[in-house]
Amino acid sequence: MSVLIFVEIDNGTIKKTSQEAIAYGAQVAQMLNASTTVLALGQADEAALATAGNFGATKVLHDANDKLTQENSLAYAHVLVQAAQQEGSKVIVLAKSGLGDAVAARAAAKLQASVVSNITDLPEISEGTFKVKRSIYTGKAFATVEVQSEIKVLAIRKNAIEPEPTDELATVEPFSPSLRDSDFVATITQVEKASSNLSLTDADIIVSGGRGMKGPENWGPLEELAKALGAATGCSKPVSDLDWRPHHEHIGQTGIKVAPNLYIACGISGAIQHLAGVNGSKYIVVINKDPEAPFFKAADYGIVGDIFEILPRLTKAVEASR
Amino acid sequence: MKILVCITNVPDTTAKITFTDNNTKFNKAGISYIIGPYDDYALARAVELKESNGATVTVLNVGEADGDPQIRKALAIGADDAIRVNAEPTDSYFVAVQIAHIAKENGYDLILMGRESLDFNSGVVHGLVGEMLGIPSYSPVMKLDIDGTTAKLAREIDGGKEYLEAPLPLVLGCQEPIAEWKIPNMRGIMTARTKPLNVVEPVEVASMTNLESYSLPAPKGECKMIPAEEAESLITLLRKEARVL
Ligand SMILES: Cc1cc2nc3c(=O)[nH]c(=O)nc-3n(C[C@H](O)[C@H](O)[C@H](O)COP(=O)(O)OP(=O)(O)OC[C@H]3O[C@@H](n4cnc5c(N)ncnc54)[C@H](O)[C@@H]3O)c2cc1C
Repeated sequence: MSVLIFVEIDNGTIKKTSQEAIAYGAQVAQMLNASTTVLALGQADEAALATAGNFGATKVLHDANDKLTQENSLAYAHVLVQAAQQEGSKVIVLAKSGLGDAVAARAAAKLQASVVSNITDLPEISEGTFKVKRSIYTGKAFATVEVQSEIKVLAIRKNAIEPEPTDELATVEPFSPSLRDSDFVATITQVEKASSNLSLTDADIIVSGGRGMKGPENWGPLEELAKALGAATGCSKPVSDLDWRPHHEHIGQTGIKVAPNLYIACGISGAIQHLAGVNGSKYIVVINKDPEAPFFKAADYGIVGDIFEILPRLTKAVEASR
Repeated sequence: MKILVCITNVPDTTAKITFTDNNTKFNKAGISYIIGPYDDYALARAVELKESNGATVTVLNVGEADGDPQIRKALAIGADDAIRVNAEPTDSYFVAVQIAHIAKENGYDLILMGRESLDFNSGVVHGLVGEMLGIPSYSPVMKLDIDGTTAKLAREIDGGKEYLEAPLPLVLGCQEPIAEWKIPNMRGIMTARTKPLNVVEPVEVASMTNLESYSLPAPKGECKMIPAEEAESLITLLRKEARVL
């Protein structure tokens, strides 16, 4: 028996959220006395895949078929099921994301397995029961759920586990499952990717701007602080609604949910719908000229002041402290 | 074209979440319910497609009778008829089986729903339904046009957008800006009263998960305020105290 982890590949290497999924899967494997296998699809660097071992995997199944390089949840699920059958896997782990959810769902339906998403902690396993804790109501609460089905598909949230990487390497084995034409009926006509390749869901630090930024032309100082910190940039809903920033930066209950180590909110009031997207952050810094802004109640550090005056000073301080 | 829009009945976005019965039941007291905001986008786009391309729009909710006001609202916004599967939506798999069952019986060209529900946030029902029906599913879809039997859509991907074309039938999880939320007008509200709302019983599904208990996050500690004149000291605190830099 093997715990199987589906990983997402970005630029030929394993995404950070997927590294956490490997570490999580390896811990579950230890509890179950099982081995840890990773499934990687599409073009990827073999040496980079072997680093799955750093996070506890012993083996990586790699189908390098270029047809699988382009994100395709239908084909991925079909391949994942074949890998699960070959490895006799009863537990399948993925990182929660748009792609992870889709692959998890389709694989679960094929395997008649349960799928539990947004898991925040390692499972509790005892005498045949398997319990997981998951985030619900957009981070406002948690549910502890007993997973009863024989096969379990688990989509874990960022920071569900803190990996402690080692120098171990995994063996990479070629894997050649069957593919179906019916999984390739869609034609991808165009892909638009932001020039900065730091993704919000992967980022350890996020600098985010709200309506207090006053207009798209004012984002320079915020971007400079982000650059100095190696951070991704985000925004509140009105900001993306007004087209000041691209939609994929919209954070909150109806946008992207993020869980970085550090979230810096600039000119965001802290509406409950915005907080719902950031309440998984380890530390929150709020900069707002209004001392009554509700965001301060959810913050760890706060500065009452004008963002346009403060942002450049913070950037300088970051640069000076290097 | 036949469009099915699946809607959830969820606590409104400002709801304060608490539990009763030793943390095993959601406390409904004082909570107002809404159509899931993502489902609302899906519904709005369906109604637009009805006007532009010609279509019938059926609304489906898996839930108990307390969701009927939200179903009536969907009818007032422009759906033609509604089905409620009379059951507590216990988990994603259960709900997906019910939706797939209705879809098999009636046959739809397009099944739309929100990218995720606002209460359990799993984001897996569209994928489950797609697989159960053996048709493609895509999410989160932020732009959708129908050209004959082909859907042209834009999907949000990590850090950007992907445009794709796929043949109907499809299952799509939707989000903004696919359409603007619609507010029912007086005429819509009047006609909604007489539109059919068919209540059907669920098909049986073997239980996959069992909810043990709920809990709330630990309250946040005090916010440390830094005077604006000393803003630079924030960087030192983040480095030395929080250790996140
Ligand atoms: C169903 C629903 C879903 C929603 N989903 C989301 C969501 O997912 N994400 C989201 O963000 N919102 C969401 N909202 C909207 C939410 O309710 C708020 O309207 C929104 O978050 C406010 O954005 P903001 O903080 O940028 O703007 P505002 O509330 O206008 O706040 C601007 C802040 O900037 C401060 N400011 C102004 N100038 C300066 C300056 N020079 N220096 C410092 N501070 C300054 C002000 O004091 C103020 O606090 C949703 C709403 C609904 C109804």
